[in-house]
Formats: sequence, structure tokens, C-alpha cells
Amino acid sequence: MADLTMARRSPLAGLAREFMEKAVTGRRHVRLSEWRFTTMVSLRVDPGTDAAAALAQVLGTALPRVVGEVSSRGQHHVIWQGPDEWLVVSEESPDTLVPALAASVLDAHAAVVDVSANRTVLEVQGAAARAVLQKGCPLDLHPRAFGPGKAVTTTLARVPVLLWQVGPHGYRLLPRSSFADYVARWLLDATEEFASDFADDGTL
Amino acid sequence: MLQLNCPWCGPRDETEYHYGGQAHVPYPEDPSALSDAEWAEYLFVRDNPRGPYAERWSHSTGCRRWFNVVRDTASYEVLAVYTHADPRPVPGSTAGGSR
Repeated sequence: MADLTMARRSPLAGLAREFMEKAVTGRRHVRLSEWRFTTMVSLRVDPGTDAAAALAQVLGTALPRVVGEVSSRGQHHVIWQGPDEWLVVSEESPDTLVPALAASVLDAHAAVVDVSANRTVLEVQGAAARAVLQKGCPLDLHPRAFGPGKAVTTTLARVPVLLWQVGPHGYRLLPRSSFADYVARWLLDATEEFASDFADDGTL
Repeated sequence: MLQLNCPWCGPRDETEYHYGGQAHVPYPEDPSALSDAEWAEYLFVRDNPRGPYAERWSHSTGCRRWFNVVRDTASYEVLAVYTHADPRPVPGSTAGGSR
């Protein structure tokens, strides 16, 4: 099969320049960027079965059992999506990862699907990142309720996203590809106020 | 706004859920044996009580699982949240309520 990877275009390729130009600097800095062409694999399997254990063995880490939990090992991050559903986000090529996972559960009652093109990864980083997200997310993102290493599916600006906190001031958003442009433009608009000292009420 | 306590994800706002109508409406054993009136009754006719009401909800932007809620239709108080594997709560008991 012809290698088409050179011809592919990420959902937010057209906004790369705006992400740079509209990055907010200063005390309440925040900037957006896209993590392009990330490998994502959907796993459906009954936890506690041999098939679940086999998948965990290939990934080198257990499948998390509780909402919000992410287990990471090397290039792989396994995000809890439901009691029998996980999303693997990885830097390994899907050409090797998907066959390896599928081969481990051959005849078992399990599903391994390459969903890399389903979503893109949008990074929001900076001191004002939480304040920006809080403008459009119904979830409590305060450190008392949420924190680095947690990921949940929720909504941002009324559209479904997977929200993953990776550091004290860093978040990754995984919107569906078709929603990515809307989410990114909403975020660009939401970050704009933080560039102004006039609107700074000192609460950050 | 309601806050519902998803059995898998914990408390989330109503906007993350979809409503699924009355719970515990069994599919007819033999649909073809029903008269048109009985079939229409199954399809369209639902209880409309003032007070506790068992209804289905789906956590559509979260774990996408269906579960049941007993909600007071007058006060909007959530009296119980339970999965399909759990028994239907006894009326008057408030076990499993979120608020």
C-alpha cells in the first residue's frame, strides 16, 4: 500500500500560525498547541478476564479501574473511559501497536480498534490554563477535585471532549476531529482576555 | 440544574446526561400477539406521577452507560441512583440518593 503519511493533514493544521501569534505572555500566560497524529487505540474488554490481562501485558501497565485514572508506562498512556472501555494514547506507531494488541486477544471477547484519526490532541499550557478551561467546562478543575495525571470525558464549550491534566498548569484536550476547529477557536477567544492587565483582578 | 451521581463517574451536571424516559417498562414477551391498542400502550403511554418516579438516564458525554434514577418530580430531589444490576429501591428508602 502506498505510504500516505506525507499527505495527511492534522485537524488543526490551519490554526498553527494563530496558536503562535495569539499565545498570551505575561503574568497570566497561556498558549495552545496541537500534538499531531497521536496514536489512539480504543479497547473494549471485560476487566478481570484473561483478555484484559493480556492487553495490560502488551502495554506494560494495568488497565485503570476507576474514573479519572490514567496509567502510563513509557510511550503508552491508558485512559479510563468506562467500566469496560479504555483509550490508549501512545507515541508508538499504530502500525505496530494495534497488531500487537489485537494479537494478544485473538479469539477472546474483546475489541481493539485504531481510532487515531477520531480525535486530535490540543495542549493548553500556562498559568492561566485552568482559568481559561473553567470558563466553559462544568467540571470542578480546582486542585481539591482534579489534578495532574487525571483524565475524564466531559464537555467544553458544550461539545464533548476528553480532558486530561498533565501538569500543574498543563492540560491536554482530546476533541473529536470534526469539533477540533470549533474548540480551538473557542479557546483562542477565551484566552484573549488574559493578555490584558486591565482585566487582571489578581486572583490567579 | 440537576446534579446526577453517575454510578461509574460520580456527580456530574445534568448537561452531561441524556434522559431516557420511564424505567422498568418491559419489552412485551410476544409483540406480535398484541393488539394495536396494547402495542400503542407499550410504546407511548407512560406514568406521570407527582412524586417519586423511576427513570432512565444515559451519561452520554462521560462513560456512555445507562442507569436508573428515582427522582421526585415535584421537588426534583434525586432519591436513588442504581444500575440495571441493582434491585429497584424500595419506595421510602433514600439509600443511594445523591442529595
